[in-house]
Amino acid sequence: MALRTQTGPYFGEYGGRYVPESLIAALDELAAEYESARDDPAFQAELAELHRTYTGRPSIITEVPRFAEHAGGARVILKREDLNHTGSHKINNVLGQALVAKRLGKTRLIAETGAGQHGVATATAAALFGMSCVVYMGEVDTERQALNVARMRLLGAEVIPVKTGSRTLKDAINDALRDWVANVDTTHYLLGTVAGPHPFPVMVRDFHKIIGEEARQQVLDLTGALPTAVTACVGGGSNAMGIFHAFLDDPDVQLFGYEAAGEGADTPRHAATITKGRPGVLHGARSYMLQDEDGQTVESHSISAGLDYPGVGPEHAWLSDIGRASYLPVTDAAAMDALRLLSRTEGIIPAIESAHALAGTLELGRKLGPDSVILVNLSGRGDKDMETAGRYFDLIDAEAEQV
Amino acid sequence: MTETQSGTTASPVERVIRARREAGTGALIGYLPVGFPDLETSVDAAVALAENGVDVIELGLPYSDPVMDGPVIQAATQQALAQGFRLRDGFEAVRRITSRVDAPVVLMTYWNPVVQYGVDRFADDLAAAGGAGLITPDLIPDEAGEWIAASNRTGLDRIFLAAPSSTATRLQQAVSTSRGFVYAVSTMGITGARSDVDNAARGLVERLREAGSESACVGLGISTAEQVREVLAYADGAIVGSALVSALANGGVDEVARTARALSDGTRVS
Ligand SMILES: Cc1ncc(COP(=O)(O)O)c(C=O)c1O
Repeated sequence: MALRTQTGPYFGEYGGRYVPESLIAALDELAAEYESARDDPAFQAELAELHRTYTGRPSIITEVPRFAEHAGGARVILKREDLNHTGSHKINNVLGQALVAKRLGKTRLIAETGAGQHGVATATAAALFGMSCVVYMGEVDTERQALNVARMRLLGAEVIPVKTGSRTLKDAINDALRDWVANVDTTHYLLGTVAGPHPFPVMVRDFHKIIGEEARQQVLDLTGALPTAVTACVGGGSNAMGIFHAFLDDPDVQLFGYEAAGEGADTPRHAATITKGRPGVLHGARSYMLQDEDGQTVESHSISAGLDYPGVGPEHAWLSDIGRASYLPVTDAAAMDALRLLSRTEGIIPAIESAHALAGTLELGRKLGPDSVILVNLSGRGDKDMETAGRYFDLIDAEAEQV
Repeated sequence: MTETQSGTTASPVERVIRARREAGTGALIGYLPVGFPDLETSVDAAVALAENGVDVIELGLPYSDPVMDGPVIQAATQQALAQGFRLRDGFEAVRRITSRVDAPVVLMTYWNPVVQYGVDRFADDLAAAGGAGLITPDLIPDEAGEWIAASNRTGLDRIFLAAPSSTATRLQQAVSTSRGFVYAVSTMGITGARSDVDNAARGLVERLREAGSESACVGLGISTAEQVREVLAYADGAIVGSALVSALANGGVDEVARTARALSDGTRVS
């Protein structure tokens, strides 16, 4: 059976709808509207036009030979989602869902955000479509991604720092769900990754699959063949599903997802959900998750706010179980080294999230050898991470901080 | 054992609720979390509920991601977790409470802890501790196959939620799959005291009746005897949570007892 034809609500034993009854009507309504939009040529044309004139699609691919010298001589090709308007892949999903929300007559968008990229993209769409916008962001993340908080506010969104639990992305999702339960009449919850209850995993994947569809053709045009392997970082898993999807039924193309291993997958401080977790129910779906013996969610850790999440989308859990994709851990240190390497060899500063995919690719290239071609999803740019990188590499002069 | 109209044996919760209805009033259901402010005190507080007019005890198991709960219950359960709450404490609390009072005890738990403990093992241990059943705020009947089988096997009650936004078909499903009572969510929202309980609750209970419910209890936002009386005019039970948790947080077991007694005023025929 074709792997690309999965439409949920289940991916093998994963997925489903583990939410309060109060949300079921909204999820049913959303699923129905999404399906009608998906099959409506006018909707697809409107989204395509927005991508052409606003997002800046198609995004280009860039071959990076100087970086590739460090990857065992494999050819390395980047899919440049960092060049999209707002700086990451997140805008693909946001514009799609915002259009669906408009069809549903909703006037208010709410979102969770970790790195702030999804919050910025949602605030952007709200500004573009004249909707009001509230973004929930863990207090810890509002501190490490202060620049993105300012961007969201400038765009007219209200940013609510979440002070409960671990004060990161998972708690922001809890608060967004609570808001949605109470305001579902007027509000669309614009979930930012391929997690959550059906129809989110399948809808978000569909809005991102344009990444892989473009890249597959672009690589064919450039090299005359499909790549040996496709790589991406995995937080909730949206950029990875987006680039994997077009290749799912190309059995010779290997798929690798890189999870954040923080201080090491064998330490308690990591976010390597598939590598170290086990199946459970979190945020409305059954999937892998980090949890203790009692099923309490364990706090994750990553230097990258966008990967600092103890869950993962159900389609990835399924792709891992059936052996179609492999999920491997990448430490903070390896990711930061790769971030600096790409900056210095190619003049491209990646997001710390995307740097996990680059670090994984360096190792993969050494294994696959010089005849291989690796397509990497460069999911975002590093502007938002200058504060973290500045501190990590000690790049900021003490005196320069006060202007 | 008594028989319900549908011909099956009534559970302890159903018997209590029916007795209260036949007395011309309705049942008061009180929620408190296990392990807040500590295990010992949470047991004493639950016992105090039963001794002060609460008919059914709803005992919450603290969980890391309680999406259905407002700030008061979140703060209490987060404290319990920080102090090292374990699932086995939940069964221990049920055992201790049911050895001291006759009121049936149902657990309110998010689904993942049950999945990780093992659905069958959880059902067996709850039944062995003397528990009456489960309220599952993030488990809909559609996803509940394993739990329906385990509760049928052990005779435990399974209490599903019904919301103002639920379709007639879904209300029918909630009524036919629930046992004990159906938890009618009074308003579109999460737990927490509210000054007026939505009249959405009245409409929802009416629709549940049309769907065949003999046992519909209303929860979310109820915090005063006046609200209890209002709700019991049309529903079989009123569920109070945050107001009792606040009482426990601010004034200990004595304050819980006082609050329960005051709330139970709302169950008397005036
Ligand atoms: C640039 C970038 N890449 C990746 C991610 C991780 O999300 P996902 O795994 O859904 O692609 C984020 C999330 O904030 C991000 O900002």
